[in-house]
Amino acid sequence: MQNPPLIVVEDLAKTFVLHNADSATIPVFEGLHLEVGPGECVVLAGESGVGKSTLMRSIYGNYLPTQGAVRVMHDGAYVDITKAAPHSVLDIRRRTLGYVSQFLRVIPRISTLQLVMEPLLENGVDPQEAQERAETLLNALRLPKAHWDLPPATFSGGEQQRVNIARSFIRNYPVMLLDEPTASLDAENRAIVVTLIQQALDRGAALIGIFHDHDVRDAVATRLFEVNQFKAAA
Amino acid sequence: MNAISQTIQAAPLLRVSGLNKWYGHVVGCRDVSFELRPGEVLGVVGESGSGKTTLLNCISGKLQPTSGAVEFDTSRFGLTDIYGLNEPDRRRMQREEWGFVHQNPRDGLRMRVSGGANVAEPLMNLGDRNFGRMRQATIEWLERVELDTRRIDDKPRNFSGGMQQRIQVARNLIHGPRLVFMDEPTGGLDVSVQARLLDLLRELVRDLGLAVIIVTHDMAVARLMADRLIVMKGGFVVETGLTDQVLDDPQHPYTQLLVSSVLQI
Repeated sequence: MQNPPLIVVEDLAKTFVLHNADSATIPVFEGLHLEVGPGECVVLAGESGVGKSTLMRSIYGNYLPTQGAVRVMHDGAYVDITKAAPHSVLDIRRRTLGYVSQFLRVIPRISTLQLVMEPLLENGVDPQEAQERAETLLNALRLPKAHWDLPPATFSGGEQQRVNIARSFIRNYPVMLLDEPTASLDAENRAIVVTLIQQALDRGAALIGIFHDHDVRDAVATRLFEVNQFKAAA
Repeated sequence: MNAISQTIQAAPLLRVSGLNKWYGHVVGCRDVSFELRPGEVLGVVGESGSGKTTLLNCISGKLQPTSGAVEFDTSRFGLTDIYGLNEPDRRRMQREEWGFVHQNPRDGLRMRVSGGANVAEPLMNLGDRNFGRMRQATIEWLERVELDTRRIDDKPRNFSGGMQQRIQVARNLIHGPRLVFMDEPTGGLDVSVQARLLDLLRELVRDLGLAVIIVTHDMAVARLMADRLIVMKGGFVVETGLTDQVLDDPQHPYTQLLVSSVLQI
């Protein structure tokens, strides 16, 4: 009881129904249970198509599960993100639940530095301090200074991914979801991301990740979770 | 559970219940109900003829619904059915507390007076008579919407479409409204101009903590601007939810069709 889990997934099921393709149904998983506590990094395992990203997106409130609950510890109480009102999902994402996707959703005209500072500004951090922290992180991720004032639309895949990582790690989210954050990075940058992940674990964050890179996985995982064991019958 | 009880407790800024609009035998919108919280951005999406604009006109006081209620948290009377107010009170509330950005700037601007006068007019309508102060506020707003302040006295027709739209935005925000309606605000613009206006709107909405109801058929606009979405078809609301959830995991056949019809570039 000392360290209650920060994420509790209960009896979760997800089936996609494609109404415009003869109402094809695609069952993904059912009866899925998962708890993740502070300082844990649970790595979702299984081959491509097994539902790792679907599970992660369901936890983030991006996909709507067919059944079950995803309880997130938010302000000291569990909130079921699958049933929470949109404004409270947004509040959970703003303050509790960080997400690093594989791809950066670029907003035209907004500079890299602004983009990285944004999560802090939204939480009322002083702009000066936000800028300093953004610069520290962009430096650590070795993103050339000449890029900072540019919108990341024209950056390479690896550069965009580092902007994305900076944007998520700038805030110390209690829970973080990492969907292949190192997919398009070289070895040195991967090592930096591993350090960021370990720092997050040290401060007691709960992490759920998808890593195809075995070195990264072995370096950060405290536990593997086979999504396959909850595979829904087709 | 916690979050749901909070939603019920927090007073809505706007509450629409059981709204119906018929044009004779033709349906405009049917049985629409939702609440909007202060600072929330609601997107209304759907194809032409789905009832988006009818809904917007009904809730913005322009078109009396056939049945149902539109309640707004007015500063003078609290949460009140806007069609229960008498005409002068309703018009005053619209002037003081709302803004309306039309798709075509010509519908939202007075073309015979200068751009600056267009921006300043809402202040004058609210009783301000200090010319110097109004001019100063106008200059500040022209800067905020990134217009050249030296052109304050030019007529709207001498500005480009994108500039006219930014004048319209300034005119609708200068008086500090709490709720702004937007009907396809980027509809008639080139994509580059559209992107600039969207960024500007997004920044202003965030900085001012505005509540917005934005009608659009453009899913990219909806994703960029809205916290949550209402999807309409044939006058009915067929799906609602968090914007990225509705767009990434649409549940209703029509929403799935709408989302899958967007061309990728």
